[in-house]
Amino acid sequence: MTTKEVNFTVHHVARVEGHGNIIVNAKDGKIEECKWEIPESPRFFESMLRGLDYRDVNFIAPRICGICAVAHATASIEAAEKAFNVKLTEQAQLVRQLLFDAETVTSHVLHTYFLVAPDFFGVGSVIPLAATHTDVVLRALRLKKVANDWADMLCGRKTHPISQVAGGFVKWPTIEQLKWLKQALEGDYMKDLEITVDLFKTLKFPDFVRETEYIAITKPDEYAFVSGSTGMIGSSDAKPTPVNDYLKVTNEFCVPQSTAKWTKHLRESYQVGALARFNVNYDRLHPRAKKVAQALGIKAPCYNPFFISVAQLVEIMHAVENSIMILDKLLSKGIKQEKPEVKVKAGRGVGCVEAPRGILFHDYTFDDNGKLIAANIIIPTNENHNSIQHDFEKLLPEVIDQPQDKIKLTMEMLVRAYDPCISCSTHMLEVKFKE
Amino acid sequence: MKPRVAFFDFTGCEGCQLEVLNFYMEVVDLIGAVDIVEFREASSDHSDEYDIAFIEGSQSTQKDVERLLKIRERAKILVALGACSCTGGVNALKNRFPMEENLKLVYGDAAKYYNTIPIKPTDAYVKVDAYIPGCPPIRGEVVRLVKCLLTGKKFEPYKDPVCAECKLNENICAFERGEYCLGPVTRGGCNSVCVNAGRKCWGCRGPVDEPNVNAEKELLARYGMTVDDMLLQLKLFNGALEVSK
Repeated sequence: MTTKEVNFTVHHVARVEGHGNIIVNAKDGKIEECKWEIPESPRFFESMLRGLDYRDVNFIAPRICGICAVAHATASIEAAEKAFNVKLTEQAQLVRQLLFDAETVTSHVLHTYFLVAPDFFGVGSVIPLAATHTDVVLRALRLKKVANDWADMLCGRKTHPISQVAGGFVKWPTIEQLKWLKQALEGDYMKDLEITVDLFKTLKFPDFVRETEYIAITKPDEYAFVSGSTGMIGSSDAKPTPVNDYLKVTNEFCVPQSTAKWTKHLRESYQVGALARFNVNYDRLHPRAKKVAQALGIKAPCYNPFFISVAQLVEIMHAVENSIMILDKLLSKGIKQEKPEVKVKAGRGVGCVEAPRGILFHDYTFDDNGKLIAANIIIPTNENHNSIQHDFEKLLPEVIDQPQDKIKLTMEMLVRAYDPCISCSTHMLEVKFKE
Repeated sequence: MKPRVAFFDFTGCEGCQLEVLNFYMEVVDLIGAVDIVEFREASSDHSDEYDIAFIEGSQSTQKDVERLLKIRERAKILVALGACSCTGGVNALKNRFPMEENLKLVYGDAAKYYNTIPIKPTDAYVKVDAYIPGCPPIRGEVVRLVKCLLTGKKFEPYKDPVCAECKLNENICAFERGEYCLGPVTRGGCNSVCVNAGRKCWGCRGPVDEPNVNAEKELLARYGMTVDDMLLQLKLFNGALEVSK
């Protein structure tokens, strides 16, 4: 019998936001080491936001992540609103949701086309595809450009947002802008999405299954992205938990190999993100999004993490349809020049939204003057580390007989599927490299 | 040979790289004019050979500093991209507290496993040849810089304060709305984007070369605001720079 050694370290997995390493050592099919490590430098947001006025906190918090800045901004603003007991008008809720849909769509387009798709074309990035698959790249750019303009129009700038504040918006979109967006989404955007679905039908995702617990915001009447006053923390395994009790769900803990602060709820790990939302809230998807799911062969519950990208595509369709409905409402009612009203008081609030990559919590305590005393922020990527590690442990034995390069690519693809956003991560442990 | 361009991310949100990615693909001429040899957020292709290095983010561990020194040795031209690299950006907010306190507060008993150093601008460690300020940087400025580098022209930073552009945009002065605006002392070039969107200037592009501190103080006095509050405002994006009354 020949000895076969599989031995590699992927240092700083590419096409993910932030830094992560994969370490694998195996001999004769026996796995000695299989680890997902995080060397990202901690940033201490929870410490450094102390003493700042809530408005500055809301403006600085999006700097946690360049890709999901709107999600962090919204969670941060919602935490302040809940602490000060600010009630949003219907118009503010609608425009916030419309902005959040833009966040979901831009991030998912970036992830599916720019970060995931190159693996299926056998290239290192989207750049060489510009020459070989010009139509695909141009379509991706169109989808991304419109979604960026859509967000810029509502918050001044997607990275980093400006005009969304506690209590609503300091600048409202005009009727002309809303009409432009409706026309764009109903017209060419929808066509491009349909072609995208056709493209994804042809991609073959690795055949892998690991059932775990799935956690996502849940609301009775919508496929929710912003918790607002009625959202709760839904689970595939249990009854919903109130947002204020999020610590009972996240249960952060340190692990012996100390790669990060991990989380678990009722099982060995839980997953958050597009697939978790799809599994928890499938019945509340827009009918057209359900059709996309059907066309792409994904059914809830789905236990293959590689299908997170497919669930993202389903969510793009949902977000676009949802936005068209919101636009119809806003256009029929007209836009009122409402001024956000906030009266600060001492208190605590937990903001909770579905960032593109999963459930996100900003928990703030303020003093009488609206200055921040304490903050706790739990980001989705950290919640998924434990799930990635458990996927690795099940996946590696299943592919160990394949050539090393293939194993390496499959494991990198798994990490990318989770769409990790590691620079967001607020609770990280230092790790040693095995070079 | 085309100039080889590399992007390196240190501690930050990677929003600068995202901004570059957002518009880079739209500017087809640039794609042809340079070779991107390192851009980890968007590409798994990788190289240690490059002419122009863009530094994004802050150096927050000794290991980061060592990595930066190595990049400086290899690069002909080193560009600080974005507020974190140019001025320390929001990362320097942690400098307001002792590092032990930051560690203890966020990591509790596990604090001993971490290390972190106070934030300095990138040019505190290495020579920086050009600065693209802002959080995030303005897209057009990155294009202007690359054009200058390609044609051998000197890249001149924007000279006037945000206030000048803001007036041209006919915005109502943020001071009139009771806001602590840093527009009078902050480097322009952003087209006063934050005031246009209904807010104020937070100073993310760093101080203008010769800030009119007296004008700022006069405004504070006129609108009944304190220098201490303004100094805290200055620390939001410029905490790593010397700030004096």
